[in-house]
Amino acid sequence: MNFEELELFLKSHIKDAQVTVSDLTGTRDHLGIQIISDVFEGKALLDQHRIVMDILKEKLKSEIHAVQLKTMTTTKARERGLIS
Amino acid sequence: MSNPFNVIGQGEQAKETNPNADTQTRIKELVTSSTIFLFMKGNPSMPQCGFSANVVGILNSIGANYKTFDVLSDWDIRDGVKQFSNWPTFPQLYVNGKLIGGNDVISELYDNGELEETLKA
Repeated sequence: MNFEELELFLKSHIKDAQVTVSDLTGTRDHLGIQIISDVFEGKALLDQHRIVMDILKEKLKSEIHAVQLKTMTTTKARERGLIS
Repeated sequence: MSNPFNVIGQGEQAKETNPNADTQTRIKELVTSSTIFLFMKGNPSMPQCGFSANVVGILNSIGANYKTFDVLSDWDIRDGVKQFSNWPTFPQLYVNGKLIGGNDVISELYDNGELEETLKA
């Protein structure tokens, strides 16, 4: 799994997304994905995850074995000091 | 359930009142049998999966009382729950019959200090 490609793929679906992909197991198929975007505004965490899982649905059948998601709005990310 | 650990919260396995009903009816009855309900692999005293164990640990640590169902014990329920909330994995935590999330969501809500509020909702 090419992480840059995956980031671009996610950004092509969520325009304002700031995506960070990390390798959780060293095998490049268990991924930690953090996405900061305002499409998550006003949505419960589960519904935010649904948006991302839906985009990744096909990839999860093949290249990606498991993902751990972290999603948040830009406001939240700012509160947490992740962006300025 | 006997509780050998010094924890304040407690989960117990739900007892079905109507185990011969159709699967979706059984699921509805289960998730509404307790304000907080967890479909998990194994049971609270012996979880059969790390993610289920993690959610049980979080619930116990914040003093939640909840009921559980072991999806490894029943294939109809296991498949039916996936359709019930259109969510493919376990564990699944429900509050007032509504799916809150699995291990990722619960861990994150807990880390952010938002879980207790969510469980009260």
